[in-house]
Amino acid sequence: MNAAQPAPCIGVLALQGAFTAHEDALRSLHVATRQVRTPADLARVAALVMPGGESTTMARLLETSQMFDELSARISAGMPVFGTCAGMILLAKEVLDGRTDQRSFGAIDIGVRRNGYGRQVDSFETDVEVSGLDRPFHAVFIRAPKVVTTGTAVEVLATHDGVPVLARQGHIMVASFHPEITADARLHQMFLQHNGFTTEHRSTSTERG
Amino acid sequence: MQVKRGLAEMMKGGVIMDVVNSDQAKIAEDAGACAVMALERVPADIRRDGGVARMSDPQMIEDIKAAVTIPVMAKARIGHFVEAQILQALGVDYIDESEVLTPADETHHIDKWAFTVPFVCGATNLGEALRRISEGACMIRSKGEAGTGNIVEAVRHLRSIIGDIRKITQADNAELFQWAKTLQAPLPLVQEIAETGWLQVPLFCAGGIATPADAALAMQLGAQAVFVGSGIFKSDDPSPRAKAIVEATTHFRDADILAKVSRGLGAPMTGIGMDEINQTQRFAERGW
Repeated sequence: MNAAQPAPCIGVLALQGAFTAHEDALRSLHVATRQVRTPADLARVAALVMPGGESTTMARLLETSQMFDELSARISAGMPVFGTCAGMILLAKEVLDGRTDQRSFGAIDIGVRRNGYGRQVDSFETDVEVSGLDRPFHAVFIRAPKVVTTGTAVEVLATHDGVPVLARQGHIMVASFHPEITADARLHQMFLQHNGFTTEHRSTSTERG
Repeated sequence: MQVKRGLAEMMKGGVIMDVVNSDQAKIAEDAGACAVMALERVPADIRRDGGVARMSDPQMIEDIKAAVTIPVMAKARIGHFVEAQILQALGVDYIDESEVLTPADETHHIDKWAFTVPFVCGATNLGEALRRISEGACMIRSKGEAGTGNIVEAVRHLRSIIGDIRKITQADNAELFQWAKTLQAPLPLVQEIAETGWLQVPLFCAGGIATPADAALAMQLGAQAVFVGSGIFKSDDPSPRAKAIVEATTHFRDADILAKVSRGLGAPMTGIGMDEINQTQRFAERGW
């Protein structure tokens, strides 16, 4: 049990949602991944990706799986976390239009409005300029949350129509869109490198087709 | 296309529950459903009542949309593209072109490419799944036999679809032409499966799920999420059963958790044996 791990393992929260797509993106960067469904899984990962899906479903399953408090403690202790869409909602300090009983980790100083861009008929895709990337990133917004407030400690990495859509505060990174479904792992790579993990540079072969 | 197909990615590992009013929709959301299917009668009641089953009243769909924050799906009859146009205008998040309703067209399905809202369609085998994908479906579900509380047909359909996918990945190029012919499916889609090893869209399970074990069975067989129709609100105690099925779908390989969540749920819906339903009353036969 206590044997040293050969390489740090990146967890993907696998309670519900697009977790296999995140695993594919991470594997394209040649990092070890693990699906996280229980506290035992969580104990074995060095960083975590929280996928798109339904935030109410994930919030409930975080409680029933006895992971909420443990994950909250790990985040406070500095574990890097990358949250996309529903994952962003769970990491936000303030959630508007959520359920009153919905808990979030308050790990990044932003306020988000659930389904802030509307329903599925309002979903859209567009290219966004990301600071630190030399070419735009194709961003797919699906019933996406909208960032309505950002604290001074938050670094906005990309905007769409003047609204932040990719942001970072220390070891926490969030996107209101879905980098996991475009077969372009540059944002995963940015997250890992920012937090000191080594990835294999394959900047062209992981582009979207 | 990624916008249309992407929503199905977001529902993976989740449970989509049939609800007939806003109270049930709230129970489903509280239990952790990743979406609800708004309809006037659950399949068990449609089966019991007989007659023509149609799209639900828009008012009822609006009420459910207003009651929950999760995606809302609704059903249109097979081939009834005007019902689909109305559902899209109502802003539903997904349309199920469903064999549970009485078909409106006995030859054609809806041209789903003509819509911005994504569609899910039922399939009993891989050929049917690929025909629906060629028409623009963004998600395929097994048909199972809705409203029976009997998982046997869904298992048959999942095994048939996934088994044929496995065989196609082993086929050589010449055999793929034969597969396309046998399946009555477009060759390029068959060739794509041979390359990728999977359908072009997510595959969910529907039809007959009544217990947490049923949901986990579907997931272990290879389904990527589950629909539960009559199985929740036709059971003795819907809320705990709904929660248990949500947990079972997430922890589908963990028998200890499955044992824990399966306890003390009260009676599931009364099931129907397949030999009690004659061929003309089987919903799964609908679709072409």
